[in-house]
Amino acid sequence: MAEASLKRTPLHGLHLRLGARMVPFAGYEMPVQYPDGIIKEHLHTRAAAGLFDVSHMGQITLRPRSGAIADAGRALETLVPADVLGLAEGRQRYALFTNAAGGILDDLMVSHLGDHLRLVVNAACKAADEAHLRKHLSQSCSVEPLTDHALIALQGPRAEAALAPLAPAIRSMRFMDVRAVSLMDEPCVISRSGYTGEDGFEISIAADRAEALCDILLRNENVRPAGLGARDSLRLEAGLCLYGSDLDAQTTPLEAALEWAIAKARRRGGERAGGFPGAELILGQIEHGALRRRVGLKPEGRAPVRGGASLFASEDAAALIGTVTSGGFGVSLGAPIAMGYVPVAQALPGQRLFAELRGRREAVGVCELPFVPLHYKRG
Amino acid sequence: MLKFTADHEWLRLDGEVATVGITDFAQDKLGDLVFVELPKVGAKFAKGAAAATVESVKAASDVYAPLSGEVTEVNAKVAADPALVNKAATGEGWLFKMRLANPAEADGLLDEQAYKALID
Repeated sequence: MAEASLKRTPLHGLHLRLGARMVPFAGYEMPVQYPDGIIKEHLHTRAAAGLFDVSHMGQITLRPRSGAIADAGRALETLVPADVLGLAEGRQRYALFTNAAGGILDDLMVSHLGDHLRLVVNAACKAADEAHLRKHLSQSCSVEPLTDHALIALQGPRAEAALAPLAPAIRSMRFMDVRAVSLMDEPCVISRSGYTGEDGFEISIAADRAEALCDILLRNENVRPAGLGARDSLRLEAGLCLYGSDLDAQTTPLEAALEWAIAKARRRGGERAGGFPGAELILGQIEHGALRRRVGLKPEGRAPVRGGASLFASEDAAALIGTVTSGGFGVSLGAPIAMGYVPVAQALPGQRLFAELRGRREAVGVCELPFVPLHYKRG
Repeated sequence: MLKFTADHEWLRLDGEVATVGITDFAQDKLGDLVFVELPKVGAKFAKGAAAATVESVKAASDVYAPLSGEVTEVNAKVAADPALVNKAATGEGWLFKMRLANPAEADGLLDEQAYKALID
């Protein structure tokens, strides 16, 4: 794609001012790193707080035409296997758009904001997601993309202390809470969630106020800007999936080890069993199992094994048994880490497999996810 | 005097032995290096063949043999501490030395001025 056609987020000017290296990502010109570099940005997020521009992601309001929020929940449940009707006001939940073959069209967050639902979807999928929602839900809901809003992620153990002076109310939020909060006299929607494995917040704010908010947050010495590079290395350590790499339309929730995202109420025997695309296949897999499964992989050597690498059962086996879908360097671990799909018989922790790397085979061990402890504020 | 390739390697000639590394421009573009894979001493490479690999957090990049020759020494320090390449790409962060098959070929590489013009 020509650079001229790339879109910019409301924080583009801030990125340039901070000396970011800008790269094309999902049709946007985004900061991959700042002068600190990915390693420092990653470690700072784990130790203090990283500030990420995630405004490229899609924010979509789903408003029930009847005025009854349950109608929006019921409507969305026809597209996702989550328990949306059971989502309490002020809470957020992870969900998956599935297709008729049981594959994953996108992964998303759903928030209950009283009279409407708010979805946050992947940047690369947002046009398709919006069309999908309109096609299937327009009768019962209005589908409104929030194009005039930035989305800012503040992640890390010092995130609460950095944000609280602007909005003391956020101190009482716990993991996956969502609240309408005023920041700098500007109405915002804040969730206590993120994509790093750390405690933190995602702040939806009017585009024209986003840079001012970032400037205030960055005045705190514990807050440093972090780019997409650190975002990717942080999420990989936290064992979180990247749509398009670890998840796609040919991958089912059970294969992806995301069965926790299939609510009990939507499973066989549940109050509202099925009723989402691919339900038959997805619920059948939950009862009978799938052939392959997403696992963590730790290379025994120091060489990173990247997404796309082929996996084999032994050093000389001819048959391909699986593929690495995400891989790189676990900055906090100081060692390479990866995720990939392998046959269930080989998906057990401790299983030794081999990844093809530059014409040779490197030993990798199957391991539990995540690679680092998660620090969500659940209490 | 340093010579350069369009693939962002540098080469320092001492008789018929050349020390090879990646340029400061290249290390800056790659970002923090986390892994360096060096060739074996004694390995022979044709000009332009992949001789080493440098990996940042995000990606792996090949380092090509700037000229044909045989590897005589590798820098164990950068294998142990890849960040050394970021700190001193054209100094302590050198990657390997090779005995050139034909040292006169070095005349065909870029000089510093030509390389600077290339990256500007």
